Amino acid sequence: MKEIIQFKLNKKPVKVTVDSDRMLLWVLRTDLGLTGAKYGCGEGYCGSCTVLIDKRAVRSCILPVKNVKGKEVTTIEGLAKNGVLHPLQKAFIAHDALQCGYCTPGMILRAYSFLQKTPKPTHSDIIKNLDGNLCRCGSHNRIVQAIQSAAKEMKGE
Amino acid sequence: MKEDEYCELDFEENILQSPINRREFLKITAGGIFVLFTLGDTSVLAQQRRSSGRSGTPSDFNAYLRIGEDGRVTCFTGKIEMGQGIVTSLAQMLAEELDVSLETVDMVMGDTNLCPWDRGTFGSMTTRFFGPPLRAAGAEARGVLMELAAEYLEVPKDRLIAKNGVISDKSKPQNQVTYAQLAKGKKITRRLKKEAQLKKASEFTVIGKPVKRTDALEKVTGKAQYAGDVQLPGMLYACILRPPAHGATLKKVDTAPAQKINGVQVVQDGDLIAVLHKYPDVAERALAQIKADYDVPPAKVDDKTIFQHLLNTAPRGSTAAEGGSLKNGESQSSITVEETYLNSYVAHAPIEPHTAVAKIEGNKITIWASTQSPFGLQSAVTNTLGFSAENVHVLTPFVGGGFGGKNYNQQGVEAARLAKLTGKPVQVAWSRKEEFTYDPFRPAAIVKIKSGVTESGKLALWDYHVYFAGSRGAQQFYEIPHHLTAVHGSGWRSTPGTHPFRTGPWRAPANNTNTFARESHIDTMAEKAGIDPLEFRLKNLTDQKMVRVLKTAAKKFGWTPSKAPSGRGYGIACGIDSGTYVATMAEVEVNKKTGHVQVKRIICAQDMGLVINLEGARLQMEGCIIMGLGYALTEEIHFEGGKILDLNFDTYEITRFSWLPKIETVLIDDKNAPAQGGGEPAIVTMGGVIANAIYDAIGVRLLQLPMTPERIKEQMIKG
Repeated sequence: MKEIIQFKLNKKPVKVTVDSDRMLLWVLRTDLGLTGAKYGCGEGYCGSCTVLIDKRAVRSCILPVKNVKGKEVTTIEGLAKNGVLHPLQKAFIAHDALQCGYCTPGMILRAYSFLQKTPKPTHSDIIKNLDGNLCRCGSHNRIVQAIQSAAKEMKGE
Repeated sequence: MKEDEYCELDFEENILQSPINRREFLKITAGGIFVLFTLGDTSVLAQQRRSSGRSGTPSDFNAYLRIGEDGRVTCFTGKIEMGQGIVTSLAQMLAEELDVSLETVDMVMGDTNLCPWDRGTFGSMTTRFFGPPLRAAGAEARGVLMELAAEYLEVPKDRLIAKNGVISDKSKPQNQVTYAQLAKGKKITRRLKKEAQLKKASEFTVIGKPVKRTDALEKVTGKAQYAGDVQLPGMLYACILRPPAHGATLKKVDTAPAQKINGVQVVQDGDLIAVLHKYPDVAERALAQIKADYDVPPAKVDDKTIFQHLLNTAPRGSTAAEGGSLKNGESQSSITVEETYLNSYVAHAPIEPHTAVAKIEGNKITIWASTQSPFGLQSAVTNTLGFSAENVHVLTPFVGGGFGGKNYNQQGVEAARLAKLTGKPVQVAWSRKEEFTYDPFRPAAIVKIKSGVTESGKLALWDYHVYFAGSRGAQQFYEIPHHLTAVHGSGWRSTPGTHPFRTGPWRAPANNTNTFARESHIDTMAEKAGIDPLEFRLKNLTDQKMVRVLKTAAKKFGWTPSKAPSGRGYGIACGIDSGTYVATMAEVEVNKKTGHVQVKRIICAQDMGLVINLEGARLQMEGCIIMGLGYALTEEIHFEGGKILDLNFDTYEITRFSWLPKIETVLIDDKNAPAQGGGEPAIVTMGGVIANAIYDAIGVRLLQLPMTPERIKEQMIKG
């Protein structure tokens, strides 16, 4: 059923008239033209569609858009502030923590969400929290290092 | 090595001459200084072409570089970037030879209108075969710039020096001119004829340095565009009706329920039935409304019976190598061992599924595709849809992983057909289920080895037969006087009825299978001979490159001799792929109750000749090791006949963070040796090294990949 859904997207208010059962991923990518969140598996197994809802990482491929009514949605496009990269983005570059880059937005946003709760993570904290995000190119060790160094720079912010 | 030949590594015989010939090229390009070149311009490939009698490259040119009127350097190549990092390493090579900063170099990749014909990006061939002529073209361009500068500055060439895109008089540095000034208003075209004078290793300032990926900023900000991110006005997303199994035929179909959904368009053209909508998820929902009945042929094979089926259908082997006499080898041996090794079908499983967008305007079609072979797609669309080649424009945005799986372009042809049928731009983005169904899997394969060792611990006999994996990596490199290597059936070109679905090349095709079998078997021989597995290898090797990588890995690992099984869980394996030598050592822990294997540590030493990008090369090694854990431990396609049972990442398990071992990579940077392949070699040892480490841990020999907990427990019971 078509419905007007309002929420904040990357800090700006948006209003879409959509079938509210549609998954957020497709509304973001098609109606709103933000293609940073990727389709990888469509069933929540891989994490490449990860976005933030009120700063918490969720899988947008299995989240109906009605669930974000009145909430704050952040995609990878909205992570940098005024053109200044987020420490996680900088750390991913500095550690060469990516190859094909397709899983990267999901990895960064998952890490962001996790660092909110665990600002001083151990190596095993990171591994445990990222375990549901898949990377086929095998950049895992560098992703862990990037998250560690970003956590240090963020100092719990 | 025969299998390293450029032509032999081709995936499909699909040669189409470049729609851009030299005359066309000169018409379309703007001003500047151009150097045209082909892969065949350097001796490495020329030699191979002579030996094979075939040419894999056009006779005119298949890449070029431009020094633009703004001083920027652009390389136009049909190669594509799928994570392997050539967008950075090729730019490094050019920056080096041209004496410009890396930031000045732009890479235009996989665009069939701008880039001359190229066979495709696979086989770890870019650096090996494309690198040398690219560097030579850079050197040639630098020569042209020097000539122009000499004229401009009225100074003899030998008094000039180039740095950061500026040429100056050595004795009067203020007397200088930039590349941009020299290129301005010019249109100079050179065809690279002879080998230009490349820089010596001692002169390098960019090659061999650890350089971060130049595409990272786009990829961490979401700006990087993949095929699925291409959105055009009026574009429709297509979902295609698929049979429940390979080989099934459609009996009856009712598309009416789908058509009732607002905005849905249903298209039927022969075997192609598709549902289109401006939203992909609505199209997907509409597709689910279609009622279709199929005749599904009864399953003749499954993932357990496939090996016997393959052996039954296997053709006679072709001899890849032989020497001495097997009979003599057998009589000289005090111990002989006969064993059969198996590996299952494996999926490429890139996180980006196959995707393409096609748009038709008049008699021209434009396609954006996730492909390793843009010119292959151009050729396929030309043949299938009747466009002339020059009217088929394929663009390759960033590719979200390929691993050999994105060479066939089925999705690109589907998008083109649907664009033609609907008259609208169409995107075909495979679902994960489609990806797991139409992926050309790495073939299931069998290796049979009979070998013998003398009383003094020397290998005397090697009778090796590989079935359906392919020849790459089949030839062993140990010193064995009496040997035969036979290859039965190809890795992917097999007769109908061999495999129940399509198979294809998978990262280091054939070599993963061959190295797993060979290195497992070598360890068994070492154990029977009562010798430490490292010592046994060194005793039977004369290839000094292999000796060096093995010793390097052993030193880094801290290997101490012991007879297996020592209980320590140490493993070793070595191999050669794409001209690169690899030795890997592993430490594993096996839970005897659950059969679960945790790899604790991997040391990998690699000799790839000259290393172009120290950081990129390491990243590729790490990627190989991490991806390789998957095929070693869990990855396996289960099926019943043509029905694929693993359709998502819930049952098809690829490497996760929690599996990660500590990884250390060592590069033997042989600056004076030609650069060899880097995208695949380090993956080939992963099956063997873990199998050997598991044996060392618990005394159980796994003969089948993947080495799942179930198979480990089963072997433990068998003893």
